[in-house]
Amino acid sequence: MARSVWKGPFVDGYLLKKAETARASQRKEVIKTWSRRSTILPQFVGLTFGVYNGHKFMPVLVNENMVGHKFGEFSPTRTFHGHSGDKKAKRA
Amino acid sequence: MARIAGVNIPTSKRVEVALTYIHGIGRSKAREIVKKVGLTDERRVSDLTEAETISIREVIDRDYQVEGDLRREVAMNVKRLMDMGCFRGLRHRRGLPVRGQRTHTNARTRKGKATPIAGRKKATK
Repeated sequence: MARSVWKGPFVDGYLLKKAETARASQRKEVIKTWSRRSTILPQFVGLTFGVYNGHKFMPVLVNENMVGHKFGEFSPTRTFHGHSGDKKAKRA
Repeated sequence: MARIAGVNIPTSKRVEVALTYIHGIGRSKAREIVKKVGLTDERRVSDLTEAETISIREVIDRDYQVEGDLRREVAMNVKRLMDMGCFRGLRHRRGLPVRGQRTHTNARTRKGKATPIAGRKKATK
């Protein structure tokens, strides 16, 4: 079931603060985060986030299409390189 | 024969059924259209008057997205997901189920017909 609208989008509070300071400082810096569950808000557009996938921080440059999705969607947690002998499988 | 919404030529079926031959119109939308035009249930496409055919066409043009336009919109939505690099886009690219279904077994609709060992060349006798 979809989240109730009256609650508003979910974002971890610390991430919002970090994003605001990054915006104010005007520096192009990767904001490292573990908060894969946070929604991408319109004010995050143009910032780069390092989204943790359990292994490393995947850089995600936020564009306006991504608003409304979650950070976790842009940082895959599994790597599948195909089965042995499977020539059709594409390498990741 | 009646041409409605481009290339579709439904036949001597009841209007409600015949309209479902159009991509983007199923039973419930067909029922809505029939109601809007004000036809009775048992009317068939063959005994529609010219005016009724035209008003069906108008209702579809005005209120529904069908055929090419609909296909284009769906394709654009899929393309948007793929270009964005999000999880759903990756699943579309790989031709795997997008909404979290299991792929250990089943998922044949997305994966296509099962092969004993995928990718192996067909054995020649």
